Amino acid sequence: MKANYGYKDGSGEYFITVDTDLCDGCGKCVDTCPEGVLEVVENELDPLAEELVARVTEEHRKKIKYSCAPCKPTGESRELPCVQACEPRALTHSW
Amino acid sequence: MTSTESIEYWRWTESRWTNPDLDWKDADIITAGIDVGSVSTQAVVMVDGNLYCYSNMRTGSDSPDSANRAINWALEDTGLTLNKIEYAVGTGYGRVNVPFAKRAITEIACHARGANYMYGPTIRTVLDMGGQDCKAIRCDQRGKVTAFLMNDKCAAGTGRGMEVFADLLQVHINDVGQMSLVDDEPEPVSSTCVVFAKSEAVGLLRKGWSKERVLAAYCAAMAHRVVTLLERLGVENDFAITGGIAKNIGVVSRIEKELEITAPEPNVDPQLAGAIGGALFGKALVEKARKKAG
Repeated sequence: MKANYGYKDGSGEYFITVDTDLCDGCGKCVDTCPEGVLEVVENELDPLAEELVARVTEEHRKKIKYSCAPCKPTGESRELPCVQACEPRALTHSW
Repeated sequence: MTSTESIEYWRWTESRWTNPDLDWKDADIITAGIDVGSVSTQAVVMVDGNLYCYSNMRTGSDSPDSANRAINWALEDTGLTLNKIEYAVGTGYGRVNVPFAKRAITEIACHARGANYMYGPTIRTVLDMGGQDCKAIRCDQRGKVTAFLMNDKCAAGTGRGMEVFADLLQVHINDVGQMSLVDDEPEPVSSTCVVFAKSEAVGLLRKGWSKERVLAAYCAAMAHRVVTLLERLGVENDFAITGGIAKNIGVVSRIEKELEITAPEPNVDPQLAGAIGGALFGKALVEKARKKAG
């Protein structure tokens, strides 16, 4: 499942997408995020499953533009730390 | 002279229903789903996965109280009592505040599951247009979520906005959709933000626009807004709309026109989708627990 967390406003689209079919709940993204945007919990969108998956915390969902700003590439483009840390390549973002 | 102050145009009708063909006494598994939304609360009781009774009422300022009132009204005159319900699931905005619920499940999962029950297993895209937000959901043939997207940060272009417009134009909320179907479709209002759209509408009325055209402009703006949301996620047939706005033909027909697809007519109140999904998850969780216990 592709879980999109974030929003769109006049200045652009700010979504972090977790592909829960790929995510193995290892939590490396959680450790690498300097702002504490991510967490690993039971998959709330599939109440019958018991596997753990990553998601964006409730607190950050409506301010991703600002929460994720410190990791935005300034010069040459590079992957975000959370995306780099994710071995199964389950994390993507819209910017 | 009569004052118009006492008329509340936004006030939609609360309802309850019992299925005359079912008897809970024969049932193996009785479950309930309580959807405490920002504007409305629904309580649904299902016996062996079939809809038995429901209530649909306004959410008060106190979520636990709203949940209790809704379930008590649903159970009224059925002879069924709360202690006979094996598993109750809370969902919606106030899901953690349902006192008698064994578990809270996000409304995204519940709406997909509920739409699958209401419209059949061919549904792949569900648009839930609630009182305070809207969500685009993709699901599989079992009603399991495969992708989802929430709307922006505010309540623009949702049920509450429609209530504000009903009040402003002094048109009963039930009539808004039908009234907005005008022959000369105007440009949509430029903002769906309730506050900005309201002042824009006041301006249009002063310019001499009819109520019908103002409603058309607002319904069109709302439809356009959710269409952009759906397009980001991708729409796959069949497509269904749940939530209170599904009853507004003005918005529904404009969404259908923009997407060039038709949403099926609901056979039960589309506001119930979340609560139905909750009750069905309740049944699945009971079955899972029984299987484990052997």
